[in-house]
This record gives sequence, C-alpha cells and structure tokens, in this order.
Amino acid sequence: MITLHNVSKQFESFEAIKDVSLSIKSGEIYGIIGASGAGKSTLIRMMNYIERPDEGSVVIDGEALDQVKHKRIRHIRQSLAMVFQGYNLVGNKTVYDNVAVPLELSKVPKRDRAERVLESLRFVGLETLKNQYPGQLSGGQKQRVAIARALVNNPSVLLCDEPTSSLDPNTTAEVLDVLKRINERLGVTIVIVSHEMEVIKSLCQRVTVMADGQVYDTVENNPTGVQHMEHSAAGFVERLRSGGDANDS
Amino acid sequence: MIPDVLIEYQSEIWVSIGETFIMVGFAILAALLVGLPIGTFLFLCRKGQLLENQIAFSSLNLIVNLIRSFPFLLLVIFMIPFTRFVMGTAIGTAAATVPMMIIASAHYSRLVEQSLLDAPKGVLEAAVSMGASIKDIIFKFLYVEARSALVLSMTTSTISFISYSTIMGVVGGGGIGDFAIRYGYQQFRTDLMIYVIIIILVFVQFIQYAGITLARKIDKR
Ligand SMILES: Nc1ncnc2c1ncn2[C@@H]1O[C@H](COP(=O)(O)OP(=O)(O)O)[C@@H](O)[C@H]1O
Ligand SMILES: [Mg+2]
Repeated sequence: MITLHNVSKQFESFEAIKDVSLSIKSGEIYGIIGASGAGKSTLIRMMNYIERPDEGSVVIDGEALDQVKHKRIRHIRQSLAMVFQGYNLVGNKTVYDNVAVPLELSKVPKRDRAERVLESLRFVGLETLKNQYPGQLSGGQKQRVAIARALVNNPSVLLCDEPTSSLDPNTTAEVLDVLKRINERLGVTIVIVSHEMEVIKSLCQRVTVMADGQVYDTVENNPTGVQHMEHSAAGFVERLRSGGDANDS
Repeated sequence: MIPDVLIEYQSEIWVSIGETFIMVGFAILAALLVGLPIGTFLFLCRKGQLLENQIAFSSLNLIVNLIRSFPFLLLVIFMIPFTRFVMGTAIGTAAATVPMMIIASAHYSRLVEQSLLDAPKGVLEAAVSMGASIKDIIFKFLYVEARSALVLSMTTSTISFISYSTIMGVVGGGGIGDFAIRYGYQQFRTDLMIYVIIIILVFVQFIQYAGITLARKIDKR
C-alpha cells in the first residue's frame, strides 16, 4: 500500500530522516512512535509527498511518486487523507462546510454532497453540530470533525499525525474508538504517529519505533512485540518518564 | 439646518463629490483587480510559503515599495507622460484615475500580503494534504480564513485613497478636496472649507464603521 524505500531528508545541514525504509499493508493500523523531534511528522508527511525526500522513493499502490506529475500527486492525496494534531479546520466555515471541502475539491456535484457529508458526520457522531463553527466546539469534537472531513472522500488511507496529543484521556479514547471503527467497518488503512505508548498499544497491529530520524525497530503489537518495543525504545521512554519534552507539535 | 453656503454651492459640491467617487471608485477597483492578486502572490512567494520564490518576491517587493515610498504628489507629476500615453490626456478626472489606480494597487497589495498571514499555516497544510490546487487553496482556504483582515485592509486603503484624491486638483482631477482648496482656501471662504472638511470626516467615519462592522460580522473564528 505505502512503501518508503531508503528515504532521507535534510533541513539545511540537519538530517531529519536518515535512510528509512518501511512498508505498510493494506487494511492495517500502523503505528509510528518516537520522542519529540524524532522525525515522525516529517516521515508521515512524506507518505503523501507534502514533504519530499531528498533521497529514496515513496511508492503508493505501486506508483513511485517521484515518477508522476504533480497533478497526479494531488489526485493521489485525495485518497490519503490526513488528520493533524491541531485539527486544521477552516475557522470561518461551518462544520458542514468543512466536511464538504474535499468533495468540492474533487468536483463532486453539489446535489450529491449533502448525503455524503451527513453520512460522514453521522459516523463520528456529530451530525447535530453541522451548523456550528469550529470555534464553538471542544477539542475532541474538532478532531472528530477533522476525521469526518478526512473520511468524506472515501480515502483508502488515513494518515494521523498525533491526532490525540492535544486531547484529555477521555476524549482521546473517543477519538481512538472512531479510528478503530473506521478501520474495521470501512477497511481504511490507518497510519498513526504518536509519542504516547498507550495510544499505539491500544490501536496498532504493527509499530515502528523511531529515534533521531532512524527506524529503531518494527514490531507486532503483541506481548513479545511490546516488550521488544519498550526495550528498544527504552531511551525514549526514559525521557518521557523523567518528564522531558513529551509534548510534540 | 443645512448652512446657506452649502446650498449656495450645492451643485459644485455634488459635482466634486462625484469626481471623488470616480477617483476613489477606480482606485478600489484597481486595488481589488490588481492589488489583491499581487499581494496574494507576494504572500505565496515568501519564505516557507507555497510558491516560495526569493527572486519573484524581491523584485515585486521592490516595485511595491518604490511606488509606496514615492511622495504621492510627485508620483502624480512624474507619471504625467505615462498618463498621457494611456489616456490621451493627463488632465481631468478620468486621467487622474491613472495615478490613483497605481498607488491603490501598491497600497492594497502590501496590506493584503500582511492580512494573509491571518490564515493559520496548519489550514493551508490541510489544504495541500487534500490535494487542493493553488487556485483552490487561495479561494477556498486562504481568502476564507483571512477575509476579515482583507476587509479591514480595504477599509484602511479606501480611507487613504480619499486622502490621496484630495491632491488630484494639480492635474485637474477635481474632487471634494480640490473644491475645498479652490473655493474655501483660495477664495477665503473658510466656513465653506470647514463644512467640506466635515463632510469628508463624516464620510471617512462611515467607511471606517462599515468596514469594522462587516469584518466583525464575517469573522466566525
Ligand atoms: N521545515 C523544517 N525546517 C527545519 N527543520 C525542521 C523542519 N521540519 C522539521 N524539522 C526538524 O526536524 C526534526 C524532526 O521533526 P519532526 O518530523 O517534526 O519530528 P517529530 O514529529 O517526531 O517531533 C526536528 O528536529 C525539527 O526541528
Ligand atoms: Mg510531530
């Protein structure tokens, strides 16, 4: 589904991603965990080519993104929807209009939009808030609107960059539950980046541990795998426990 | 209620107000049709923005700065050959719209560039992630998020345009400012000048109020 072949990325002289390869299978929930600054955001943004690797290639469903035209990349992005830590909703559009945006972009006729927007909002349980503006919603509600917006174009993949990192534990559970249902009921592949072990453990089938722009390890989310992950991520977990910069941006 | 002197000169005053409307109206038109795209392009060419382009940014930025830092009266005089080339004459209200449109484009473009910073970066990133084209990003995200700031900027610009228009008498552009100078000052009708200034002040206050009210109304964030 998504394959990264030896991708690297530099910002000025700083190597943010160093020769990373990984492969995400269709239908799975794939986690990427690592401390703040490990390069997780840069990596997930490479998957829809918002960030271009300096070296290596990104392959989506057999298509190498460095081989296709920009227009094609824009088209591919419509099926790799993204969810952000900061929600990134358009503050001057209602919930309904926010969710309708991807349909506008992909030129779905206006008369077909309403049903899909409402269906998407129903899926995240926010149909009743359709006429509100994002500024009137709680963080958890905003993130669910963002998820509804991501879903509305029937994407095959959801790329989630720290989707719950601004939320309290209860709301986090709600959002994770929505993501799980999306995967189970709609068969959408999910890639989720987080620095929170709990989030990854409760959701993912496979997990990649990142540190300093590199892949440390990729494990299955089962007791042996988790043990392995916690061991290999010891340094990073250590930093979290000692109250280091657990927050990400 | 209405002072006699205003009634005495009312036909001249109406003509002058009409001339001001023409000059300011065309300035607003140029601000929207030229200033807005230039300001948007300037913004997008900035470092870290979607069309990041140092050369395009610097050259356009230089032109805008040059026009804006030119003392306006001198710009009008300096532009006379150009105005004559474009309009066939450099004298009159129609000719006066030419320098007005030039300064208006430069003035508003700078304010647009600043206003667009009001659109959160994350929203633009979301737009890119949805596969939006540049055109869609501009019209469906950038302008939507920055619309209040754009309206406020237009309010500020319009008030400046009124101020600029008051000197257009030097090229026979007329207008309410020119009326105040010719009748009020040169013919020692100080009362007339004061009434005309009051008319301008009321007008500017109204524009300011309308702009702020509209900007507030469309801001849902
Ligand atoms: N556009 C950029 N310019 C310069 N440095 C960047 C940029 N984006 C990310 N970085 C740097 O790359 C490193 C990895 O960033 P990021 O991928 O955001 O990490 P994470 O999401 O794991 O916290 C950080 O040190 C960050 O400062
Ligand atoms: Mg990050």
